Amino acid sequence: MTPPAPPANILADDAPNDAGGAIIVRWDKSPDEGAGLDNVGAYQLLRGRSPNGPFDTVGTMTAGMTEFNDGDVEDGIDYYYVVEVIALPSPDHPNVEPPVSISRPSQPARSSAQWIHMGRLNSLLAVVILASSILYFISKAKGGEKLFIRKIAGLEAVDEAVGRATEMGRKIFFIPGIQDMNNVQTIAGVTILGRVAKMAATYDAKLDVPVPRSLVMVAARETVKQAYLDAGRPDAYDEDMVHYLTDDQFGYAAGVDGMFVRQKPATIFYMGAFFAESLILAETGNSIGAIQIAGTAMPAQLPFFVAACDYTLIGEELFAASAYLSREPKQLGSLKGQDVGKFFILLFAIGGILLATFGVYNISHWFLVR
Amino acid sequence: MKREIPLIITGVVGIVFIVQFFIPHEPFSSLSDIFSDWFSIIEACAIWLGALNLIKLSLDKLGKPMLLVTSAIVVVALIVGIVGAPDEFLAGRFPLILFAVAFLLMALGQYSRSKMKPDWFFALTTIASFVIMLIAGLAFSGGRTFQEPGTHYDYLYRSVYTPLSSTMFAMLAFFVASASYRAFRARNREAAMLLVAAFFVMAGRVPLAEFLGTLTPDAFSGAWATTGGFLSGAADWVMNFPNAAGQRAIMIGIALGIVSTSLRIILGIERSHIGGE
Repeated sequence: MTPPAPPANILADDAPNDAGGAIIVRWDKSPDEGAGLDNVGAYQLLRGRSPNGPFDTVGTMTAGMTEFNDGDVEDGIDYYYVVEVIALPSPDHPNVEPPVSISRPSQPARSSAQWIHMGRLNSLLAVVILASSILYFISKAKGGEKLFIRKIAGLEAVDEAVGRATEMGRKIFFIPGIQDMNNVQTIAGVTILGRVAKMAATYDAKLDVPVPRSLVMVAARETVKQAYLDAGRPDAYDEDMVHYLTDDQFGYAAGVDGMFVRQKPATIFYMGAFFAESLILAETGNSIGAIQIAGTAMPAQLPFFVAACDYTLIGEELFAASAYLSREPKQLGSLKGQDVGKFFILLFAIGGILLATFGVYNISHWFLVR
Repeated sequence: MKREIPLIITGVVGIVFIVQFFIPHEPFSSLSDIFSDWFSIIEACAIWLGALNLIKLSLDKLGKPMLLVTSAIVVVALIVGIVGAPDEFLAGRFPLILFAVAFLLMALGQYSRSKMKPDWFFALTTIASFVIMLIAGLAFSGGRTFQEPGTHYDYLYRSVYTPLSSTMFAMLAFFVASASYRAFRARNREAAMLLVAAFFVMAGRVPLAEFLGTLTPDAFSGAWATTGGFLSGAADWVMNFPNAAGQRAIMIGIALGIVSTSLRIILGIERSHIGGE
């Protein structure tokens, strides 16, 4: 059997934008891949510390591949690479080792760590502009300047919803989503819980917070406890009002639905990250006649909440809710800072539309984050 | 200090995660991995808090006589489990002994306050399910290999848990129907537009559209259709233009909201999630 011709132009270079320890190797495919003898079975990459060897295998790739990221190298050491091309096994002699041919070694390459991820400079610039504008408006708000924040109907209704539960003598349920405390939506949900719990404590309404994660239970208990203290009702606080059900998505939905149907709460809040259980919960809440206020940043679940709930906080409104309800100038200032970010995005969007209309596409890569 | 320490930890971890996104160099890349590992470890340990809270509240609902009977049955079952468990320390006996001790302490603790409540049956089911799965998994499914096909644990998982879970998911179809009925009533101009858009999207996504497409021109591609025609083209147009634009606007707002919220939390301006004002 004739071995395929070896690949040429073996180029080895430090992997960009990483913490070091990686070299990217590229090569031209063998002239016998898809043409000529057309008998390339696989490529094997070998690495050595001298152009004369010895070489150790670092990876095997199927035919068609022309790049490999060798993530097992030491920084500051020169490495040489060769690519071995392996022929397809012969159907007539399946037990015979297929012949191979080896390329010339690459130029030396050494890996190193980078201090700045160059592919993310655009993102860094955006974060700096946004963070600066948020901090600027926070400092303005601290200075006593009045900031206009548009009314959010769902949050205006929180007071009414808690009051309704008090008048009816029924419970308020608060569902903080089904994700853990490392999800920013859950944190936003728990911060809103603090505001709701304070109102519930003030009105002497009964609060029930079934949670699907242990860490959320611990955090929510602290939040509710502090809210009851702030409202001057530490005697009314019972740690079991925040209780764990299950980590399982549909187990949790079943458990909460059961409580809805048996206890018939007057008010239900859904604030956090939700998935397929959103409609199961919200429709059950709707069927028992509860006033429902939902807020999530999961775009796929928003239509379900809009269809089944009385009020829905859409995306950013969930994150604005805590600041909005607290009415603290510092927090309201951060909301104003977001608007500057929106203004820039609007400008870029309009600019992008105009450029695309006139067929200019080659600056779109400025906005890619790698 | 109760608030300051969590705030400092939050600030440091938050800043490290932001910095490592832009600076791939050590020590930031390793630090973010370490913090992620810490979270996983804390989360794994905290699962006991949740499980024990569930058992405690369930015991609380049983009432004194039933609590005694249930505890006796559970203790006998646990002893059987401990005797039958494989000798592996962490995979078998130790967790069962630990749970048995915790269960007894909780049962004793709840005895004086336990009062029969209307949903006692669900509480009893919860305790029974928990103990059965625990014993089946730790004592009678080969220790660490409890998740392998053919074990008792696997049998319970496939025969009880999976059908129950699927049933809940399947109920979603009925909830979608009832919610759609309400959402698509043409009560005002916006609702009417939603109804029309929904008609095209739904009609364009079913096999009937394929048939109708052969009878109508595709107004959106300007050609006689071969795969769906007008309805399918209208559905694609609604999804790719108004829907995609709306979704992107929401996503941009969400991204800005996340940055703003994260900044408030990292700087300690927002602290109600750790029990602060």
